[in-house]
Amino acid sequence: MTKQMSLKDAIREYVHDGDTLYASGFTHLIPFAAGHEIIRQGIKDLVLARATPDLIYDQMVAAGCARKVVFSYMGNPGVGSLRRVRAAIEVGTLEWEEYSHFSMISRLQAGANGLPFMPMKATGATDLADQNPNYQKVNDPYTGEAVVVVPPLKPDVAVVHVQRADAEGNAHVWGILGEQRLAAFASTRVILTAEEIVDQSVIRSDPNRTLIPGLIVDAVCHVPFCAHPSYTQGYHDRDNKFYLEWDQISKTEERVGEYLCEWVYDVPDRAAYWEKLGPDVHERLAAGARLSEPVNYGDY
Amino acid sequence: MVDELNYKPSELMVVNAARLLRDGDVVFVGVGIPNLACNLAMRTHAPNLQMIYEAGVIGAQPSRLPLSIGDPTLVSGALSVCSMYDIFTLYLQRGNVDVGFLGGAQIDQFGNINATVIGDYKNPKVRLPGSGGSMEIAAWANRCYIITPHQKRRFPARVDFRTSIGFLSGGDARKETGVRGAGPEAVVTNLGLMQPNQDGELILTALHPGVSFDQVRENTGWDLKQSETCIVTEPPKQEELRILREELDPGRIYI
Repeated sequence: MTKQMSLKDAIREYVHDGDTLYASGFTHLIPFAAGHEIIRQGIKDLVLARATPDLIYDQMVAAGCARKVVFSYMGNPGVGSLRRVRAAIEVGTLEWEEYSHFSMISRLQAGANGLPFMPMKATGATDLADQNPNYQKVNDPYTGEAVVVVPPLKPDVAVVHVQRADAEGNAHVWGILGEQRLAAFASTRVILTAEEIVDQSVIRSDPNRTLIPGLIVDAVCHVPFCAHPSYTQGYHDRDNKFYLEWDQISKTEERVGEYLCEWVYDVPDRAAYWEKLGPDVHERLAAGARLSEPVNYGDY
Repeated sequence: MVDELNYKPSELMVVNAARLLRDGDVVFVGVGIPNLACNLAMRTHAPNLQMIYEAGVIGAQPSRLPLSIGDPTLVSGALSVCSMYDIFTLYLQRGNVDVGFLGGAQIDQFGNINATVIGDYKNPKVRLPGSGGSMEIAAWANRCYIITPHQKRRFPARVDFRTSIGFLSGGDARKETGVRGAGPEAVVTNLGLMQPNQDGELILTALHPGVSFDQVRENTGWDLKQSETCIVTEPPKQEELRILREELDPGRIYI
């Protein structure tokens, strides 16, 4: 059964005020188009969870969509500070809940596996655990040693961008995998965005590459270039130039406001956004070709 | 022709960090200076070094300098790509990583690192990015290196917040936590090297050419001691500088 719909309809149907949202992707595959659509629809009071809030949550926080962020590294990767989230935390207008990368991902792992908590080896660094009561200790029943545990993270909704999917949501993903799979399995609702919608025979030709099965997906949206200024391996490059520019734009609320008007509110959808970027940017971000060797699954 | 006498502080740090790496080391690496140090070591004395990135890439062969830790150039041509949970468990927690590189806004007398906050946690004066992977890298890599410019504000006697641990309050404090890694082995700065003594206190063990002990003391926030066997580092070699400038960072992004 097809689950294909427009991104606009998917956000309207599956993202509600007050939800905990996980827009997944570790540097790679970050679904900016979904973030922009949420901003356009004026959705409010979201709890925005991501290991790295990245520019997508900086923009959503600046646009007033969030009441809280849950994160493990709040920086502009490779550039420096994530200025709007940081400013909101420093002036006290945004709640936050903080982890290390591993404990954040362990929370998703517990959520995705249906477990009550996830154990981790101790790190000796207890200052963060002193501030965040979600870090607890239990005794290993076999050795008696203390292990650190974190509770499951079960977002109301995940947005996961992939290279290709069929209309039922069976999705092929490659490149940096981050927490894509865990976010999808941990969440109650899953919106899948894809560079390409392909016939199911393409998915069936390489089942080991199907990291997200259609049976956990609620909506499938065809959104080419969804990830810009992040990237999609094999489809377009990361726009490092924009990540550097955002460091300047995000210095003042005024400039962020101008950016959001020009690139979010005044743009109807991702296709228009990509066209507006223009041919020079398209050419600069072109991915080129580096194909893998085909494998033989055997004809049984 | 590369001028041996004319090198920058960043080049000095990269060269000295590279020399600390051993052939065959599995290194959990970040972007920037640690990435350059690994690549330099691979092209000089450590051809069998393996680079692992926290984004889940093993055996990367980047054809350009990545800006971020999740750059697509790390993936194309790599040995393996896995999920974030896998990289932190199968590789780091399991004990398959020899070396971790760390940095931070503050590093204290016992090698503890603050990358989280200046001031009070709940009412931050300056909110920093936070742990990322550093809490686990500092605890679980067999050994760690810290690379940072030598400034007094970066080296307070005590950090405002322990994001990741060195030797805690010194003595056996780290050992008593039961963490598997041995902790920071050296701090590489633009002035010299500091290394832990038996109490886990960082002391000066090497000066770069032309730097005095007083100069280092003035830029350190605690009463820095000097090792009796303190040496002067060998200046960057022509070949090291050539590889750095011509092959690794021709655009001078990090050096």
